[in-house]
Amino acid sequence: MTSAFIHSFESFGAVDGPGVRFVVFFQGCTLRCRYCHNPDTWKRNCGTEYDVDAIVKKALRFKPYWSNGGGVTASGGEALLQIDFLTELFCALKKEGVHTCLDTSAGPYRDTPEYKEKFDKLMQYTDLVMLDIKHIDSEKHKDLTGIPNDNILKCAKRLDELKVPVWIRHVLVPTVTDFDEDLKSLRAFIDTLSNVEKVEVLPYHSLGVHKWESLNIPYTLNDVKAPVQSRVDNARAILGAN
Amino acid sequence: MKTQWRGFRGSHWLDDINVRDFIQNNYTPYDGDESFLAGPTEATDTLWGKLQQLQKQERAQGGVLDMETEVVSGLTAYGPGYIDDSLKSLEKVVGLQTDKPLKRAFMPYGGIKMAEEACTTYGYTPNPAFHKIFTEYHKTHNQAVYDAYTPEMRLARKNKIITGLPDTYGRGRIVGDYRRVALYGIDFLIAKKKEDYANCGCGVMTDDIIRQREEITEQIRALMGMKAMAKAYGFDISEPATNAREAVQWLYFGYLAAIKTQNGAAMSVGRVSTFLDIYIQRDIAEGALTETEAQELIDHLVMKFRMVKFARIPSYNQLFSGDPVWATLEVAGLGMDGRHMVTKNDFRFLHTLENMGPSPEPNLTVLYSKHLPDAFRKYAAKISVTTSSIQYENDDVMRVEWGDDYSICCCVSATETGKEMQFFGARANLAKTLLYCINGGVDCKTGMQVGPKWRPITSEFLDYKEVMANYDIALDWIAGLYVNVLNLIQYMHDRYFYEAAEMALIDTDVRRTFATGIAGFSHVVDSLSAIKYAKVKVIRDENGLTKDFEVEGDFPRYGNDDERADEIAVWLLKTFMNKLKKHHTYRNSEPTTSILTITSNVVYGKATGALPDGRKAGEPLSPGANPSYGAEQNGLLASLNSVAKLPYEYALDGISNTQTISPDALGHDDDSRASQLVSVMDGYFAQGAHHLNVNVFGTEKLIDAMEHPEKPEYANFTIRVSGYAVKFIDLTREQQMDVISRTCHKSM
Repeated sequence: MTSAFIHSFESFGAVDGPGVRFVVFFQGCTLRCRYCHNPDTWKRNCGTEYDVDAIVKKALRFKPYWSNGGGVTASGGEALLQIDFLTELFCALKKEGVHTCLDTSAGPYRDTPEYKEKFDKLMQYTDLVMLDIKHIDSEKHKDLTGIPNDNILKCAKRLDELKVPVWIRHVLVPTVTDFDEDLKSLRAFIDTLSNVEKVEVLPYHSLGVHKWESLNIPYTLNDVKAPVQSRVDNARAILGAN
Repeated sequence: MKTQWRGFRGSHWLDDINVRDFIQNNYTPYDGDESFLAGPTEATDTLWGKLQQLQKQERAQGGVLDMETEVVSGLTAYGPGYIDDSLKSLEKVVGLQTDKPLKRAFMPYGGIKMAEEACTTYGYTPNPAFHKIFTEYHKTHNQAVYDAYTPEMRLARKNKIITGLPDTYGRGRIVGDYRRVALYGIDFLIAKKKEDYANCGCGVMTDDIIRQREEITEQIRALMGMKAMAKAYGFDISEPATNAREAVQWLYFGYLAAIKTQNGAAMSVGRVSTFLDIYIQRDIAEGALTETEAQELIDHLVMKFRMVKFARIPSYNQLFSGDPVWATLEVAGLGMDGRHMVTKNDFRFLHTLENMGPSPEPNLTVLYSKHLPDAFRKYAAKISVTTSSIQYENDDVMRVEWGDDYSICCCVSATETGKEMQFFGARANLAKTLLYCINGGVDCKTGMQVGPKWRPITSEFLDYKEVMANYDIALDWIAGLYVNVLNLIQYMHDRYFYEAAEMALIDTDVRRTFATGIAGFSHVVDSLSAIKYAKVKVIRDENGLTKDFEVEGDFPRYGNDDERADEIAVWLLKTFMNKLKKHHTYRNSEPTTSILTITSNVVYGKATGALPDGRKAGEPLSPGANPSYGAEQNGLLASLNSVAKLPYEYALDGISNTQTISPDALGHDDDSRASQLVSVMDGYFAQGAHHLNVNVFGTEKLIDAMEHPEKPEYANFTIRVSGYAVKFIDLTREQQMDVISRTCHKSM
């Protein structure tokens, strides 16, 4: 049995998918989002190693709280970086009748037959994907996260082909992701998909800044404040968010 | 059948006092939602506005608006009193403890020194004649207790290993069945007590028969006093209430009798909601009452419960911060026949928090089960999200023990209404006991030999087996001493400060529980876990007493759903309870224990040295059964799962757990927050957990309220603390800091 590097667990995720979620934060991420509030999950191949059984056992302790559609959410970091393990984990959870949700920015997705095979297999055991689209414009995406968004949008398309239910999430950062034009393009992209159940706008907050400081990584959004409510409402209106 | 009982069904309750039978035969379960509720009337707004002014004035004057110095409190010590004489026609429910609103009565029977100190603290001088009367001519409870205390008991009390003892004030925690006044009227109750008196004993005068005859007579006298008290307000309560307004008023007179004669720490109202709904339903069906009028009755009754005051001394206020009275009042629950007992009135009581804003009193308690209607659970959760003013207790575990007509008689403790009473008895500090077992019975804070001279542990590193062997002996000692201190206090309380008015509304052949309590629970668990799983080095002072501890390595902590720590928690509870049970308890009462500390965790912490779990000397203990500060590393539900493992059967007096959740971590809007909260409670209580205090706010709000208490939005800002609710701005700064430092569950 394989094992994975895990950053931490949260027994009470109330805004991480439907119902109450047990959230597994995977260690390691290849994106370098400038607003990331968990930069301590970036580094790969560190953290605590867990095998599938241990996580399933831990998670099932919280089953009594899941009556309202809850279950397990794999988050991070980027859970897709440890896709083989993730597939095993979700497979085991489905055997226990647990609702599985993948919270991802799809950075590791590749449009190759080898990757797709793995990805499609994972999706067999995935009930919901919460796909974070950081920016619809590839150039600006690169500026914000360090990588272009081509693979991410391809992942969205693949999910559509596989008919996996998706929630699109978008972090609204003033001066970075909060332009009507971009929001409209994002909505236009979403309109090409038939599997999107929900769009969520997450207002930027700076609560993670102290982590950057403790990791000695310079934070580049110090001058940016949380968006005002009218801009949040505007983004929700354009994106058709609930 | 009496005319006042028109339309009521059932037969058993007609000839015998049996309120439960009346309720079960006549209540109407309600499955709908809150859309029927009515807003406040003009009268409610006017009266509540007036009362808020008075509360503001009270705060501005340092916490006391007015105090009695010339009259000893009693059922008929005063004529009628109103919130405002010019507005008295607006009051649908009347009756004050004294002649003026928020004025604190003079109650010397618990202890004259305490009564005097309460006055002088706030700049009042009680009539000097009272001092002479209650020292030379009439003995008080406090005097009697001190006449009998052993030197060891005094030492234990002084060193605060046993604290919060009711030896200077009323023990409280007795819930009269105030519904009886409404359903039967006083004359019937007197007739029944006279029957009991006639049947009391066979003529052989043993101690208990003599005592019981005297007590019944006291009760009858109190019932007659209640009639006279009500008469001063223009009501004749000899006969049953004829309608809803009278039922509310009669019931309140019963409660008023209790709070005029006793100043117990907890003066609970009990399970009155479903009962009163029967009267309201009948009036509405008869076309005699509208929903708006029904809500007004409940609003005005609740307003009265928000006004209950007692004169307290500073050391008491440190223990029980924010002037609580535990006017605890229950809603919901299930019946033994499987029907839920949610009525429209349960909605009305919760709705008072919307009509008149958040409030710590009455201490509204939802008797929770996942079998309650969805709409009610969701509404209660919504009220929690918006007011943080209510608590939840698991009806599914309590109903098994106490039936379907129990009340909560303090913060969280159940008692069968009208059938039982409780001997309340403070807490034993088991964290301090752990230090005693290392230090050979010497208190490391004071240097006094408090416990027996056990062989101290002298090794540099603590050995688990050695500590456990010593701790077992120390627990035996503290359990025995504790029970016997309480035996003595309860004996004297019965003799010198008997609760005649409350006991008059309880069956003569009453069942008694003997409620003990544990303080420092999580710290003992984590300390033992540290000794077992890590290396704990003892730092000793020049006298060889523990000064601090150094922990090398990691160890599991209670509050993470980690079996290694949680099994120690279960062991500790069971062990202590079993040790308590070995001892004789006064009047053959049934011993129980609790894991709840109220806000006294701060004071207890001050008196407790550094502990092996890393808690420094003097820091607050964690409250109730809560895991220690910072111990919870896996979020709210992991913490709840740990607490849920504690078997309620071993802590029938209650297992209090207080959790604060940041609104953002709970959901994006109030509706989804309420749904998530319902899931949390369903899951927690399904595992057999007992109690949950739910707060929904962020630490930012607390800090702002601490810095800017004058902001109008904080005037009624209410939070749940261990076992009760309190206005945040009424806490001492020290306690505010303590609340802020506690874990607030927020999203990563």
